[in-house]
Amino acid sequence: MELKTLTYLVVGASFVLYVGIAIWSKAADTKDFYVAGGGVHPLANGMATAADWMSAASFISMAGLIAFIGYDGSVYLMGWTGGYVLLALLLAPYLRKFGKFTVPEFIGERYYSRTARIVAVICLIVISFTYVAGQMRGVGIVFSRFLEVPIGLGLVFGMGIVFVYAVLGGMKGITYTQIAQYCVLIFAYTVPAIFIALQITGSAIPQFAFGSPVQGDSMYLLEKLDQVVTALGFAAYTDGTKSTFDIFCIAAALMFGTAGLPHVLVRFFTVPKVRDARYSAGWALFFIGLLYLTAPAVGSMARLNLTQTIQTGTVGTETGNLAYEQRPEWFRTWEATGLLQFNDRNGDGRIQYYNDQNPDFASQAESFGWNGNELTVDPDIIVLANPEIALLPNWVIALVAAGGIAAALSTAAGLLLVISAAISHDLLKGVLMPHISERKELLAGRISAAIAIVIAGFLGYYPPAFVAQVVAFAFGLAGASLFPPILLGIFSKRVNKEGAIAGMITGLVFTYGYIEYFKGLFLPWAGAPWAENVAENWLFGISPEGIGVVGAFLNFGVTIIVSQMTAKPPIEVGELVEHIRSPR
Amino acid sequence: MKDNSIKKQYWHANLKLVAGCLIVWFTVSFGFGIILLEPLNQIRFFGFELGFWFAQQGSIICFIGLIFFYAWRMNHLDKKYGLEED
Repeated sequence: MELKTLTYLVVGASFVLYVGIAIWSKAADTKDFYVAGGGVHPLANGMATAADWMSAASFISMAGLIAFIGYDGSVYLMGWTGGYVLLALLLAPYLRKFGKFTVPEFIGERYYSRTARIVAVICLIVISFTYVAGQMRGVGIVFSRFLEVPIGLGLVFGMGIVFVYAVLGGMKGITYTQIAQYCVLIFAYTVPAIFIALQITGSAIPQFAFGSPVQGDSMYLLEKLDQVVTALGFAAYTDGTKSTFDIFCIAAALMFGTAGLPHVLVRFFTVPKVRDARYSAGWALFFIGLLYLTAPAVGSMARLNLTQTIQTGTVGTETGNLAYEQRPEWFRTWEATGLLQFNDRNGDGRIQYYNDQNPDFASQAESFGWNGNELTVDPDIIVLANPEIALLPNWVIALVAAGGIAAALSTAAGLLLVISAAISHDLLKGVLMPHISERKELLAGRISAAIAIVIAGFLGYYPPAFVAQVVAFAFGLAGASLFPPILLGIFSKRVNKEGAIAGMITGLVFTYGYIEYFKGLFLPWAGAPWAENVAENWLFGISPEGIGVVGAFLNFGVTIIVSQMTAKPPIEVGELVEHIRSPR
Repeated sequence: MKDNSIKKQYWHANLKLVAGCLIVWFTVSFGFGIILLEPLNQIRFFGFELGFWFAQQGSIICFIGLIFFYAWRMNHLDKKYGLEED
């Protein structure tokens, strides 16, 4: 069957499945809508959390990113999984014991303050919209590449599907669709990885193939890769180019950010018991690990595959490079999307792919008659093009398209839900209209979810500059603003509302300011960015991606100091803390 | 009053367990995968340099094990101090 028809069928079938589940699990009351009735099995919740967590970025971009930056890509692997340890040990069980619906609600009650609750709502909305716009963009890209519809139309489809199951089903609908989406995405990710592992190393398990010898060669995959890329002037795959301290900060910022992301935290409100929350975090990381342990293997094998496709013979010999006329079929397909570009700088009709930014390699390249790198590869195509590169059947390609959409939709739905809960539960019920009836609150939740979907769609279609900075922005802000007050609220009885509010604002303003200063997100009219984004200009050599960790420590420091200088929290707060610390 | 001292002991035991787990968490990721990367990369582990392996696979495997270990020990503590949910 033709690829396009097949893709329509597979993606269409997955949509029918999601909508079917949504109708079956319609939310009846606010408890269903916000926390799926609080009755989700820990294993099921773990799987839903994994789908919620793994976004278009994890599915589509991460392996490609690692492929091109090698060791430096470890920050994503460690950062986006290590945060779950903090979540499981420091936050999840206590938030479950607290037993309400939202993260701002916890902050509002623990710090006995509406102001604190509103600050938390603002942080949550900024973080979640940044993140959700990126997901909608991912949906649009997959649609336009595989289904050949315009990005705008793809977005409308994606929004429509999310609308059905998020607005109707609330958290309950989302949870059960996410379980289905996890199955689709992990299957779609693993199948091509297995085939590529077989082709390159003869081992069927990608995680082992990563550490196996290359077929028909005495060298291990990673040794071979180091040799092949350094011969072209690139940094060795197993070495980084970033400073150790910056790597340290980025990994820490991603971990704190993961533990502070509201759409992940809220998942632990949905299990029946405290002990379920503990195991559920373990299951979540287990299911995430299945993809995260495959990704670095896929990245390394794809990099080797790509480099050897272009550099077919000895570096520097006349026939050592692939002739453009002989490029493979997948090369042509992806050239058409503009994500893969060839520019014959020296006019020899062959493709030279090397590091032309490396001064030590320049004279060598010149002696070969090379006139600059001729191939630009968008890292995003690595995962999407993998099945084509490995010559897999069309149904696998169709499956990857469905997997990418599943990853983006599941995350988008989770984010939209926390946005709508923050508006209907925290702002309306909590602050503006405390006497609103449950039925009206549920209706308000549905309406705000619908509005949030439309805004997210627009942000996906006209992506503002900040959307491309999800890593720095969403994670930096989550780690610097929400993580510290939740953690201190559980582990210290002394911190009070003055401290928490001052701390959150400090963390938020400092982190946002630093990113704006180097990247220029919202204030280009005022002259931002104000400094070039290079290591020499950074504070202590910390990149904007890693600055969230400084913001978090400032937040901790300010909260503790201001709390010491102001009055103790009231006695009921001490009792609340005692209450959440004990499972009974 | 007795109830309070049991809760205190329970909380103390919890903090000790959390601290131990966090030391492992820090060591396998920030320690082995980042700070000690260079020296550990001198050691071979199958087809990997050991530091690189910790950074890209080992740390994740340890994290998963760590969370299940914590959950198992904590549920045990709940029972020991009679604080488990019904």
